[in-house]
Amino acid sequence: MNATPPPEVGERRAVITGVGQSNVGRRIYEDPLAMTIDATLEAVEHAGLSLADIDGISTYPGNMNTPPGFSGVGVVELQDALRLELDWFSGGLELPGQLGAVANAVAAVSTGLANNVVCFRTVWEASAQGDKGRASVTMGGGGGTYRAQGFLQWTLPFGAASAANWIAMMANLHFHNHGTTREQLAWIALNARRNAQLNPKAIYTDEMTLDDYMSVRMISEPLCLYDCDVPADGSTAIVVSRAESAEGRSRAPVRIEAVGTALRGRPSWDQFDDLTTMALRDASAMMWERTDLTPGDVDVAELYDGFSFITLAWLEALGFCAHGEGGQFIDGGERIAREACGSSGGVALNTHGGQLSAGRLHGFGFLHEACLQLWGEAGERQCRRPDGGTPEVGIAAAGGGPLASSFLLTS
Amino acid sequence: MNADATADAGDETPFRVMPAVTVDNEHFWRGGAEGELRILRCARCAYWIHPPAPICPECLGRDVSPEAVSGEATVLSYTVNHQLWYPNLDPPYAVAIVQLPEQADLRLTTNIVNCEPSEVDFDMTVKVTFLEYPDSRGNVWLPMFEPAGEKDEGPGS
Repeated sequence: MNATPPPEVGERRAVITGVGQSNVGRRIYEDPLAMTIDATLEAVEHAGLSLADIDGISTYPGNMNTPPGFSGVGVVELQDALRLELDWFSGGLELPGQLGAVANAVAAVSTGLANNVVCFRTVWEASAQGDKGRASVTMGGGGGTYRAQGFLQWTLPFGAASAANWIAMMANLHFHNHGTTREQLAWIALNARRNAQLNPKAIYTDEMTLDDYMSVRMISEPLCLYDCDVPADGSTAIVVSRAESAEGRSRAPVRIEAVGTALRGRPSWDQFDDLTTMALRDASAMMWERTDLTPGDVDVAELYDGFSFITLAWLEALGFCAHGEGGQFIDGGERIAREACGSSGGVALNTHGGQLSAGRLHGFGFLHEACLQLWGEAGERQCRRPDGGTPEVGIAAAGGGPLASSFLLTS
Repeated sequence: MNADATADAGDETPFRVMPAVTVDNEHFWRGGAEGELRILRCARCAYWIHPPAPICPECLGRDVSPEAVSGEATVLSYTVNHQLWYPNLDPPYAVAIVQLPEQADLRLTTNIVNCEPSEVDFDMTVKVTFLEYPDSRGNVWLPMFEPAGEKDEGPGS
């Protein structure tokens, strides 16, 4: 690397001023657009704004009809339903993870293309698969004219139909190389379930023991059912605003200290140079390059858990522990429990229950939770620093495999 | 399961999603008809390019064409899948990422066949075997891998 001047960290010109969320549940059969409107109106009100102030929309993945329930609402539907007057918008799938839509909004606001952007993610996967099970929405399972293209052609013909299979091979290699065990990995799921019990919107709140985890059916070794997130219905919205415009509000904004969005090396599910990590390694590295803060400063970490192993990989990539030591770090759960907020050597992880127990809101749930924690508005599940104060530094990160982004946030 | 799966009622052929075969990937998906596993290679610097691309990422050469590899490989990682994803594609079966000896970064996702899934292991030596699969748009030869013989017994870990 040539010596280059430190980057201009323009993302600090953007802040988060409000968040909102619709009803969340399993098979609640609500209209996706109605859920999106619920989340949007709540977020705009939470930000102290009116719809007339909203001049941007950013969403992942945009309006797509397949796979069933994966989307169904794009920029245009929301814009028209609320008759918004937009200067800027963006909706798309090929982004640095689901929260790439928020990174786009941050870039737009930082450059002055928009003042207040509603970012949203809406899913209705639980309703879409109804009572037919996950296999009913398997990619390409409908037969007929579908033929796999791009990356999927290299996996689907071999019955590697799901990211569960692709992540399982990464997890298995991590187990093999670093001695990680199922008993260790279990703590991602156990911690999530414990936190979900304090989240009134969480889907699964029954107590889960290590025995429960070890005895549940296997999906793709070493991943069992409880390593996989739960399809849900719900919409989450985040308002990104210009930092100057947010001065003097009743609620101080959540500040964006640094963003990581990198795509380096050969970031595919099976060609990545080190299959025990992923693109999130490079997103994390980029984020830390843009700040003087360190992992030791972080109070709460809301890290993607579409599959439990992804969370372990994020913990390592973000530097909460060394690469390969994630299993030891989470073992026993103490270093990731909500009580670890602000501790030296620990961090409160997935304080709302993650997607494993609170439902697969697909990335946006993590940012929503990080903001609530930093605002001290997380209710019964509010984390406290050892001095009794609310969290001051948080991370929200989403993505797995070739696509990832991370956000370092401060109160 | 989807009612509109292509298999006829009573046909227990495992359903497999087929790749969209094009001029750019046909060498890979149909090389098995001649018993060859074919990968694109750069005429200028001899770099193997997979997945196929119209340029060599090493030297930016544009003269790339398919060439047969040995068909040998080792298991880089694997998983035994227990979930029924497609009609009659009954679990358990082993999905693996195999490393080809021709180049350090040359890998494929595949199945390990002709052994019990529980017998698959890291660094296992395997060799290609083709599964011809019917497709109304032209058959495809899926490169599967089977045990090549004695497993490397590395030092106990």
